[in-house]
Amino acid sequence: MSATRELERPAAAAPAAGVKRQTPLWQTVGALLRKELLVELRTLESVPGMSLFALSTFVVFHFALDRASVEGEEAAGILWVTLLFAALLGVNRLFVADADQGGFDGFLLAPVERSALFLAKALTLLAYLLVLELVAVPAFALLLLGPAPWPALPGLIATLALADVGVAVIGTLVGALAVHTRARDLLGPLLALPLLVPIVIGASRATAPLLVEAHGSAPASKWLLTLGLYDLVFGLIAYAVFDFLLED
Amino acid sequence: MTAALELEGLTRRYGEREALSDVWLSLAAGQTLVVFGPNGAGKTTLLRVLATLLRPHAGRVRVLDCELPAQAWAVRGRVGVLAHEPLLYRELSARENLRFHARLHGVRAARVEELLDAVAMRERAREPLRTLSRGMVQRVAIARCVLHDPELLLLDEPYANLDPAAVELVQPLIGARAGGHPCTRVVCSHDPSGGLAQADVVLGLQAGRPVLARAASEVAPEEIAGLYR
Repeated sequence: MSATRELERPAAAAPAAGVKRQTPLWQTVGALLRKELLVELRTLESVPGMSLFALSTFVVFHFALDRASVEGEEAAGILWVTLLFAALLGVNRLFVADADQGGFDGFLLAPVERSALFLAKALTLLAYLLVLELVAVPAFALLLLGPAPWPALPGLIATLALADVGVAVIGTLVGALAVHTRARDLLGPLLALPLLVPIVIGASRATAPLLVEAHGSAPASKWLLTLGLYDLVFGLIAYAVFDFLLED
Repeated sequence: MTAALELEGLTRRYGEREALSDVWLSLAAGQTLVVFGPNGAGKTTLLRVLATLLRPHAGRVRVLDCELPAQAWAVRGRVGVLAHEPLLYRELSARENLRFHARLHGVRAARVEELLDAVAMRERAREPLRTLSRGMVQRVAIARCVLHDPELLLLDEPYANLDPAAVELVQPLIGARAGGHPCTRVVCSHDPSGGLAQADVVLGLQAGRPVLARAASEVAPEEIAGLYR
């Protein structure tokens, strides 16, 4: 590799003669996000697969456990492990169209901030997770959960939101790392799982008290805080290193 | 005349293999460089280095007065790249693809419609690219390549898959006077006579090494044909 690194674009400097003005970050993120959602709407490659996987897993658990219902830690564990593996399906597909159809090159040739790709992909994955949970959580409540889900809903939504941000950030980082390798379908989950385990632990512990008959009114705040901190740390790491993943 | 491209000992490796080795070249603004060479000679690698998609491993590379890779950010948005891959999404239509690239480059939407007309794709503009013929996709790729009115065109076999009528159609967009003014171009070609006719400077590559680098007026078609033997 060359010892010379690419210098950063001067942030405030007026463009020199001929140099194109950089497209604003949010305009770039908007363009990428719109493209991602259009491609997914046309292909339906990610979200339906993730949702079907989650539904099938709940059915399998229903018969494998041979019980009418679950609650507490057991319920939280089943819910979060299922959501995690369903999310990995989305992570694996996140960059495939870009890698296979030259989308990376098209993006890299434009006068844009590279972190826009990270933000757009993380938002895309977040949207996928939201749709997944709109399908999977009611299905879980119907197929497996013993206690009524309604009182637990506000706490569950807060936990889901924090966990989703972490999964989206880590999934985007790992997806970008794995997509250029030959064994991307294997490498993606192998890299992602160790990084996502703390999210599953935090989310399960936060959710477990909500999924019992005599549940508390709120999830354990200690675990919500842990999830928030984990999101923040990985958000900063991903934002800092993502540019390098796109470099030759 | 100012130099649009200056290469001094450009070398690029893939692992142990040198894909480009010690390439020296200067091209003035408004001129056309045509690169000849058999498959695997390093033509595409050269285009990717000039487009800032690959880093040079040794030597000095200046593109549009910017040193690469240090000032690659200042080159982006000023080059138009037409590669083997169209750099378009198969599931999106021609219009959706061009609008996406227009947003990335901060180009107004009306330019997309102008270009769809220019490449005669308006009638099929709503169909997914996967349903179009290769020639049609190539026309859309040409529209994408010139969407942002680039100062430097990097064209890898630009007329591949195009019928004679389509070649005539895209000539005003990627020809020597693209956009109505002399345009700086680097064109990879396998057509000795056709390539030579549009060249100001010729570069012949064999296994990554420059074996011919001269003004086109000093090169005979037989010399180019010899590169492929």
